[in-house]
Amino acid sequence: MWDYSETVKEHFFNPKNAGAVTEANATGEVGSISCGDALRLTLKVDPENETILDAGFQTFGCGSAIASSSALTEIIKGKTLDDALKVTNQDIADYLEGLPPEKMHCSVMGREALQAAIADYRGEEWKDDHEEGALICKCFAIDAVMIEDTIRANNLRTVEDVTNYTKAGGGCASCHEGIEEILTMVLEENGEKFNPSEAPAEPAVAASGSMTSLQRIKRIEMVLESLRPQLKADGGDVELVEVIGNTIYVNMIGACSGCQLAAATLGGIQQRLIEDLGEFIKVIPATQMPATISAGG
Amino acid sequence: MADVYLDNNATTMVDPEIVAEMLPFFTEQYGNPSSMHSFGNKVGHALKKARKQIQDLLGVEHDSEIIFTSCGTESNSTALLSAIKAQPDRKEIITTSVEHPAILNVCEYLEKDGYKVHYMEVDSKGNLDLEIYKSLLSDKVAIVSVMWANNETGTIFPVEEMAELANAAGVMFHTDAVQAVGKIPINLKDTRIDFLSLSGHKLHAPKGVGVLYLRRGTRFRPLLRGGHQERGRRAGTENVTSIIGLGKACELALAHIEYENTVVKAMRDRLEEGILEIVPSAFVTGNPDKRLPNTANIAFEYIEGEGILLLLNKEGIAASSGSACTSGSLDPSHVMKAMGIPYTAAHGTIRFSFSRYNTMEEVEKVIAAVPPIMEKLRKLSPYWANGAPVEDPEKAFAPTYA
Repeated sequence: MWDYSETVKEHFFNPKNAGAVTEANATGEVGSISCGDALRLTLKVDPENETILDAGFQTFGCGSAIASSSALTEIIKGKTLDDALKVTNQDIADYLEGLPPEKMHCSVMGREALQAAIADYRGEEWKDDHEEGALICKCFAIDAVMIEDTIRANNLRTVEDVTNYTKAGGGCASCHEGIEEILTMVLEENGEKFNPSEAPAEPAVAASGSMTSLQRIKRIEMVLESLRPQLKADGGDVELVEVIGNTIYVNMIGACSGCQLAAATLGGIQQRLIEDLGEFIKVIPATQMPATISAGG
Repeated sequence: MADVYLDNNATTMVDPEIVAEMLPFFTEQYGNPSSMHSFGNKVGHALKKARKQIQDLLGVEHDSEIIFTSCGTESNSTALLSAIKAQPDRKEIITTSVEHPAILNVCEYLEKDGYKVHYMEVDSKGNLDLEIYKSLLSDKVAIVSVMWANNETGTIFPVEEMAELANAAGVMFHTDAVQAVGKIPINLKDTRIDFLSLSGHKLHAPKGVGVLYLRRGTRFRPLLRGGHQERGRRAGTENVTSIIGLGKACELALAHIEYENTVVKAMRDRLEEGILEIVPSAFVTGNPDKRLPNTANIAFEYIEGEGILLLLNKEGIAASSGSACTSGSLDPSHVMKAMGIPYTAAHGTIRFSFSRYNTMEEVEKVIAAVPPIMEKLRKLSPYWANGAPVEDPEKAFAPTYA
């Protein structure tokens, strides 16, 4: 059974704004019946100031699709169309206190329904730009289509390349077989063969490429510093030990060391560093540092 | 916690009588059955008894035809991989499009190694076309693998007849019978079946134990090699306690096989009748005339299964669904797709699967709980208005395919 947040459950069991709005002047219909998720969003917009007076949804879909639809209508009511367009799928997920990675597409569908409805109101044609494939990386919610497209666009050749460009495979690594299969398929299109022992390309997207190693380490320290208050509140701390390529070795100190949640905490630190540095990095406990480079041997 | 458990095709409660039988072998008779000392001297006898109990349920002629494994999946993989290993010149496999992933994913994997797999299609009721089957049998085929009964719909395949045909063509025959064992009478010695897979936890034994039936004389190549356990055909220390539990479970299943096909069947039939009488736009999937006595699979049109399950769970009722969302995949159940059930119904299929521990009282509770749930979800559906499907639903709601 899915691990839904209490808010998701609440919005599923008691959805807000269910049904079509009477006197609606904007309608957005998105989703895919084959995938089992589709949504019709109806809005009543004040023509004077483009404020959303009322919003209603009708959804064919799972619990989180219904909850996302309900959350969307609550978020956008009272907003102007321009402000409503700034609502991201992450906003919808946050409003619901998170969605499982397999269910993030429900929030995407909500945002798309909104875009479609506003386009309908403005007499524009809305085209969806996202195609969804089978979920490959469950840690970072990356699907097959995204991986395929990124491989083609950047001529990627190794699993590590794919991780550097999409994050896919950067967590638990169970999806590496799936990524290898996609690489094999895409490389075959050009008559090439996937070679598992090939060295990865240098990451081209790394924002830190313009930084010196020292600047980059200072930046990492800064991010860790910003996380310290949270860790200290729980009686723990983190210490930067070494940076080698895209791997950052840290020591978890105090209550954090041996804590049941240490892995989750490392994951959180990693996520913050990825966002701040604009490149994919791994955060690993210093205890797992290869012997040849660890100071004490 | 769910008080009405109707998900027995997923797994079952371990019967307390079975647990009692197992307990001494955790703390008293914990020796290795292969050892010479007295800590294990009763263990060997207990395993022998269990083997006999399984033999009786399946109608197996020789006790050496029973190989203990860790689960149904292991039994399936062992059978398929043994057949191709023993017959390296045969590069084809025949199976069906509605098998369990424990067969389908092995077949897909073998396709990457150059094997040609024939996935037989089914009709709208889930039946196979035996003429097509006959035309596929040849000396290129290493093994046929066809499930005895489908896990989602309960539809029964004519495996005994298909095994005869395979045998006449000189082809090995395997059946994944994890759903059928204990629910319908099976008498393997009267069939030409070479391999049969069984899973303990589907018939009130613990999880983590299974059986591969291997007909005497069928050429075999073990999957796990090592010690001499199971006559060298499945190495690894025996899961003694679970095997003893499985033996007892088979004894109880044999004693209840009539009950299963009368009382349990009557509960299933009453549930279907009770629900279909009240809920509009709903129908039974699979072949109602040829299926397991314990399984009901009902498609509720224009709504999605996960929502139904969450609301059922809130009422204390446990069932399962063929919707995409419950599995985390993008497609609804491959079984519903194979039968050509439209998407608007396939996503709303709910499987209720019974055991002898269910009661008619529970059935009435479910019949009362289901209609308001469907009504509530249909009120949210873009395909539904004023207590009925909208006119021409496919046109009335045609979302942009995202």
